Amino acid sequence: MKNDLVLRVVAKLFMPFMLLFALYVQFHGELGPGGGFQAGVIVAAAVILYAIVFGLPAARRLVPDAIVESMMAIGVLIYAGVGVAGLLMGGAYLDYFVLDRDPVHGQERGIFWVEVGVAITVSSVMLKIFSMFASRGHDPDE
Amino acid sequence: MMAVLVVAVAVQRNLFSVVVLTGIYSFLMATVMVALDAVDVAMTEASVGAGISTVLLLGALYLVRADEAKPMHRPLLPLLVSIGVGVALVYGTLGLPAFSDPSAPIHTHVAPRYLNDALRETGVPNVVTAVLASYRGFDTLGEAMVVFTAGAGVVALLRRRRRDVGDGK
Repeated sequence: MKNDLVLRVVAKLFMPFMLLFALYVQFHGELGPGGGFQAGVIVAAAVILYAIVFGLPAARRLVPDAIVESMMAIGVLIYAGVGVAGLLMGGAYLDYFVLDRDPVHGQERGIFWVEVGVAITVSSVMLKIFSMFASRGHDPDE
Repeated sequence: MMAVLVVAVAVQRNLFSVVVLTGIYSFLMATVMVALDAVDVAMTEASVGAGISTVLLLGALYLVRADEAKPMHRPLLPLLVSIGVGVALVYGTLGLPAFSDPSAPIHTHVAPRYLNDALRETGVPNVVTAVLASYRGFDTLGEAMVVFTAGAGVVALLRRRRRDVGDGK
């Protein structure tokens, strides 16, 4: 599909809006529907659209494999790190009350970072699964 | 409409149409979730069920033939098993409390506490987010672990195979 002008232009136009919508879903998830999982999936969908239109090698240049693979672990580590931070600041594991002087603010802070972790893990895992499947049957060093 | 889709999926032999039909089915399911006021679930269904899994299935379709193989024997036993399971499930739902019955166990256990206290305790107006990330934080941590493990499993399985192919050349 690399030579289809309409697809290329529309895909390029869509990318920023998809990423912006993902951020909206991520950070507005506390007020409206959405959250880390949905936002992560939307980010992955944006990059997958790019990969489908411009080819997998282009998407791999855009988001290198090493970054995607480390993001998979970083997301879970952020989530678990929030729990450890709760431990260090004198609460139980995944206790958010202690993360700030005001327990409600602590909750908000904890939920925020937990959702960030979920979004990072989900987006990179979806992307990785897609690129693993899509790259089969081609030259491995492509 | 969803029943028509299911029958079409079962009858259809062209796998490409099956994938597209399941995507449509997922979108219809998302609208059902919206009708049930479960907007978060609807969003997930629309993005994961209709979006990502359709793309993944298309990717898998690229690697296999586009037409379903003819079954080797008559599908009588599977048909009987699925009808039996379906009847058992319908029989099971007869014992459930009526839809939106306020005295159903699910509405009397912890749900009222979440609905009443979530905003005050967490400062997060979306109760779904509050329950997912705060009250049920351990469950969500487990879910993140599951997603991570799935990704790690796919990487481990597919990458090793790729390297073997490279060595064989």
